[in-house]
Amino acid sequence: MNFDVFLQLTVSGLSNGMVYALVAVGFVVIFKASDVINFAQGEFLLFGAYLAFAFIGQFGFPWSVGVLATLLGAAMIGLIVERLVLRPLIGEPVISMIMVTIGLSSLLRAVVNGIWGARPKAFPNFIPSGEVEFLGAVVGIDRLLVIAIAAILLTILTLFFRHTRDGIAMRAIADDQQAALSMGISIKRVLAVAWAMAAITAAVAGIILANTVGVSHDIIFIGLRVFPVVILGGLDSVPGAIVGGGVIGLLESYTAGYTTSGLELIVPYIVLILVLMIRPYGLFGKEIIERV
Amino acid sequence: MESGIFFSDYRSDMALRRMPLQKVRTGLLLVGLVVFPLLANPYWLNLANQIAIATIGAIGLNILVGYTGQISLGQGAFMAVGAYGSGLLTVRLDVPFYLSIPAAALITAFAGLVVGLPSLRLKGLYLAVATLAAQQIVEFVVTHWDGLTGGTEALVVPAPELFGARMNTDGRFYWILVVVALAVALFAANLFRSRVGRAWVAIRDQDIAASAIGVNVFGYKLLAFATSSFLVGLSGALLAHYRSIVTWERFTIEVSISYLAMIIIGGLGTISGSFFGATLIVLLPAMINTLGRSLQDTAPWAATVLPYVQQGVFGLVIILFLVLEPEGLAKLWRNVKDYFRVWPFSY
Repeated sequence: MNFDVFLQLTVSGLSNGMVYALVAVGFVVIFKASDVINFAQGEFLLFGAYLAFAFIGQFGFPWSVGVLATLLGAAMIGLIVERLVLRPLIGEPVISMIMVTIGLSSLLRAVVNGIWGARPKAFPNFIPSGEVEFLGAVVGIDRLLVIAIAAILLTILTLFFRHTRDGIAMRAIADDQQAALSMGISIKRVLAVAWAMAAITAAVAGIILANTVGVSHDIIFIGLRVFPVVILGGLDSVPGAIVGGGVIGLLESYTAGYTTSGLELIVPYIVLILVLMIRPYGLFGKEIIERV
Repeated sequence: MESGIFFSDYRSDMALRRMPLQKVRTGLLLVGLVVFPLLANPYWLNLANQIAIATIGAIGLNILVGYTGQISLGQGAFMAVGAYGSGLLTVRLDVPFYLSIPAAALITAFAGLVVGLPSLRLKGLYLAVATLAAQQIVEFVVTHWDGLTGGTEALVVPAPELFGARMNTDGRFYWILVVVALAVALFAANLFRSRVGRAWVAIRDQDIAASAIGVNVFGYKLLAFATSSFLVGLSGALLAHYRSIVTWERFTIEVSISYLAMIIIGGLGTISGSFFGATLIVLLPAMINTLGRSLQDTAPWAATVLPYVQQGVFGLVIILFLVLEPEGLAKLWRNVKDYFRVWPFSY
């Protein structure tokens, strides 16, 4: 086996995996706080990428301002969605929750397409690209930077859950809604924060993708790729989402590198089914799966 | 007033349509279905055929999701199995379509059994995610198994022949579809009054209680998967022969989603809801299209945003129904019936 190729595959797999992890963390945050599976996570990603394109590419903001504006915009969308769509449905059955986020994804996609059109956009990259020697193999700088950025963000998020007021409140609600309510925690506030956070992490992933693969409609498929990641890591576990993202990213990258038949498209789903059959709560999830 | 009607024999008490008004409505529906093709132009016949196929598929999905409570995102995959199954039997083995369609439906029922196996251990959203994976895997197999399905190439299915007539027009195919759709609706309506249907509803409402009263939960879940996929495969096979062309684009995850939308909008766990939902989801894009065309002269930009408007309205309709009327069109229809039952003396 050629070590150079292996290292390149590892780096590109990890950088893809970290993007998955960012999207998956938003997904997990929503699930933890409200037991809702968010099928619109891919569309949040799309929205983030196009907002960044609008602020930096169309309005010509410097990239630091543009990124901030994108994150603010994403947070707004998260808040609006929670208030208008999810809050009326609190306590409805699973199928309603799934369908409402599916409806939402269709609506968001239509809005993005309606505003920016379906054609791919040229994005003024601000993450430096180029190649660099790394442990004797040539890899893209942007790939390494993406891994670093994602790692920093994910650390911040983990610290947020451990040490901040809202983070702890979120964990309390995930643990027991009734008890949390009686301790004076506002569920509405926490749910709003959860959706805003999901939109923001997806937007960060969107900005990264805008830099590395460009702004186009195709990045939506990552929304579906999130399911293997979160099932593998455990639906309610933030570290699980990070590890799951890395594993699925690497797996895809190695399959793409060492086989030729396009198997990397379904390997994540095969893993998903295996995990569901053997250990449905995932690597780090809480073992409270209802048995049938 | 219906509250004063009592039956003196079991036959009339157990009839599917018991009230005089119900019988009148059923009669009107049948007459309407017979008269419709005589009056309609090909455009409307095409829409009617699409609605009939979608109704069969939606009833199938409703058995699984609405009655048994097992969420499935694999509708597109099952339709693909039915369509390719029947199409390949006809093209490669020269099986006549009246044999290949039921055969394909049986194959799909078997596929449903396999996909239903995880329901032994999973429920709720975990099962939904498992069916999502099944959908992706079937899509991959269909597009990559060139030797069997022709990969991404379209599979051309010859128009079926019946009684020496080629069923190659909308008007002729209409009769096949209407008869099959009515038979499926009748079958499903009776099924839910039987032991099997009641067992499904018991599992949906409370699986532990169901097993406590002696329902074999896993067996009935598998049966639900098989029955549901049989009907879904049937609709896929009919689609293959109706369109004469089978391509994998017709069976993506989007299809699964639009069928779920049909039964949500129509009303979970109702036969009439499956029909209403199928009608709405088929007609909605067609209506928006017509509207956009008529606006073309005054506002030429309308044509470019048309697909996005369709997509957006689709999402909006789902959200609005879930927020405002979770029981769907079937509930609205019941409200209308209830209003007119005692009209005009409502007090």
